[in-house]
Amino acid sequence: MPLLKGDQIVDDPWRFVDDADDLPAEGPVVVSLKRWRDDRDVLMARGTQIGVRLTSEQTPGQVEGDLRHFGLVALEFPAFTDGRSYSNARRLRERYNYQGEVRAVGDVLRDQYFHLKRCGFDALEVKEGETAEDWLAATSVITTPYQPASDGADSVLSLRQRRMAAHVE
Amino acid sequence: MYRYDEFDHAVVRDRVAQYRDQVARRLSGEITEEQFRPLRLMNGLYLQLHAYMLRVAIPYGTLSSKQLRKLGHIARTYDRGYGHWTTRQNIQFNWPKLDETPDILAELAEVEMHAIQTSGNTIRNVTADAFGGVAADEIEDPRIWAEIIRQWSTLHPEFAFLPRKFKIAVTGAPHDRAAVRFHDIGLIMQRNWDGEVGFEVLVGGGLGRTPMIAKTVRKFLPKQHLLSYLEAILRIYNLVGRRDNKYKARIKIMVHELGIDEVGEMVEEEWERIRDSALHLPADEIQRIEAYFAPPAYEALPSDDAGFVAKKFEDPAFARWARANVAHHKQPGYAIVSLSVKPEGQPPGDVTAEQMDAVAELAKTYSLDELRVTHEQNLVFPYVKQSDLYALWRELDALELATANVGLAGDIIACPGLDYCGLASARSIPIAQRISKRFADLDRQHDIGELRIKISGCINACGHHHIGHIGLLGVDRKGEEYYQITMGGAPGEDAAIGKIVGPAFSSAEVVDAVEEVVQVYIEQRRDGERFLDTYRRLGEAPFKARLYEEKFHAAA
Repeated sequence: MPLLKGDQIVDDPWRFVDDADDLPAEGPVVVSLKRWRDDRDVLMARGTQIGVRLTSEQTPGQVEGDLRHFGLVALEFPAFTDGRSYSNARRLRERYNYQGEVRAVGDVLRDQYFHLKRCGFDALEVKEGETAEDWLAATSVITTPYQPASDGADSVLSLRQRRMAAHVE
Repeated sequence: MYRYDEFDHAVVRDRVAQYRDQVARRLSGEITEEQFRPLRLMNGLYLQLHAYMLRVAIPYGTLSSKQLRKLGHIARTYDRGYGHWTTRQNIQFNWPKLDETPDILAELAEVEMHAIQTSGNTIRNVTADAFGGVAADEIEDPRIWAEIIRQWSTLHPEFAFLPRKFKIAVTGAPHDRAAVRFHDIGLIMQRNWDGEVGFEVLVGGGLGRTPMIAKTVRKFLPKQHLLSYLEAILRIYNLVGRRDNKYKARIKIMVHELGIDEVGEMVEEEWERIRDSALHLPADEIQRIEAYFAPPAYEALPSDDAGFVAKKFEDPAFARWARANVAHHKQPGYAIVSLSVKPEGQPPGDVTAEQMDAVAELAKTYSLDELRVTHEQNLVFPYVKQSDLYALWRELDALELATANVGLAGDIIACPGLDYCGLASARSIPIAQRISKRFADLDRQHDIGELRIKISGCINACGHHHIGHIGLLGVDRKGEEYYQITMGGAPGEDAAIGKIVGPAFSSAEVVDAVEEVVQVYIEQRRDGERFLDTYRRLGEAPFKARLYEEKFHAAA
């Protein structure tokens, strides 16, 4: 599946391995939380990068101690209306200071790209044939958001503070 | 009142452009109605029985004359010449065309208004006491905080897909005119022992099919922590609130099922981690917003204007209006005036474009260019000199906005009901009109005294029937409209949820039934008792006996 990362369509180096399937001989793999818990030693011994995929029922708190082993945390959207993964992404970035890839998987609308990026997602799976431009067109219009979030973007609040400070000087 | 700076303007302008693009994609067929639905619902556009309906936010109910003129212009240009005030300080236009909705929003942006998050499972338009800034019993102007919340919640990236809609209300006064205990979050300004001002934070109130009174999650929150605390509550709700059943998805159900103590622990744990984040409000930003709500340059006036007092003696109709529609102001010599949008026999809360223009002009002349919209679907002039009251009354009377019924039997709250709404089980407006006519005699209304009648056309309770002294709930019985009567509800600091008194009445019977209930009160009341007091003293028994005695006889 094509991957949108850093606003570009790129090849996806990761491979999601279903719980029932065997692990491939090599290459980065993404597994479920259950697989991670069951096969932790095997996965660690492979010597390639490991990612974990969390359902929207699961929270990053459940893998807090293991986050340093993960190059990727995939958060599921079973339906675009299920907004739990936004909060989970923010906790990953802000509470646990997780620096790896945070990927949105599942049912995501283009118009949600803005929300995803602001909450700390930096990658998402797109449909065959979709271009980066399709997705970017839906995000580029809100130039300055009101509230601080995980993307570190200047918020209206911080810009006003800066302006006030400049005014005082 | 608050004025947009360049940042506020940019956010709203950007949002209009984004929405315009979404509508264009829909009109060109690039996206289906199913794909468009969540997008339009982020922006207050509903598809109703006959047409689209656009709901425009009036944040915390504050409007300038200029803004009201623009609403009148929109009603005239894009709609059928009228608008409808809702029970959450919004205005609804019932007949906009889809392709024109981006233009409506662009026109609104010109006067610093928008429809952002007036629908969808988002943080909705924040509401506040309509007497904010002028109420005699106020600790601090709640609109300062409502504006801070408006900005924080606008296009919040994390909370656009909550389990269900989310409503926040603020009061700066102990006397609750904003029904804060029936909101997902209610904020009540408090002064602690050290004289510091902050908030009592309540969560889990609501109406709908499972009415609940909100519970206190924190007794005192210093005000600079408001946003981080709200963010903590919303994050817990977003993660923990139920998503398996739409009817169990509001935060009130989460609070009910987990208990306020467990919810409180989760919220406090989250808050501890984010309280000193970038959401911590700097004092100078609070002051910047406060400055917009500074009291106007009041004239020094005697506390009782002699002319006003004399006119009340001379003209009983004016005195009656002043008794019901004029409230005590914190500034000597001034008054708060409620404009009743409930003339006899008319749909509650509907205003024509001509009325909007005329009211805008009157607000300019008599109320420093500012007015308010109440959750009771009326309008308020917050800055009227007592010496101007008589002249204002005469002008309002000519516009049919001076019915002396605020807080009385004719001041009925009703949802749009089956006349407009796709969810409704029964009509609300015709029932409101018939009750209004039945109690048209204003002397009788004043004799009955405070009486809150609220009508919902379905179980979703947009007409707030649960918190009516007398509430009516429309139900569908094999294609016929029936109405269940509840009694004893109260929206304020003595919050209570009304109890269903018995089997529902047919549309033909229900107005008589309401009159019977009122008659029992008249017969049983003691000196100074309001309807609600008598009901609380006696319980439902005498009312029930009267309502159903004939039916019981018939059945025997």
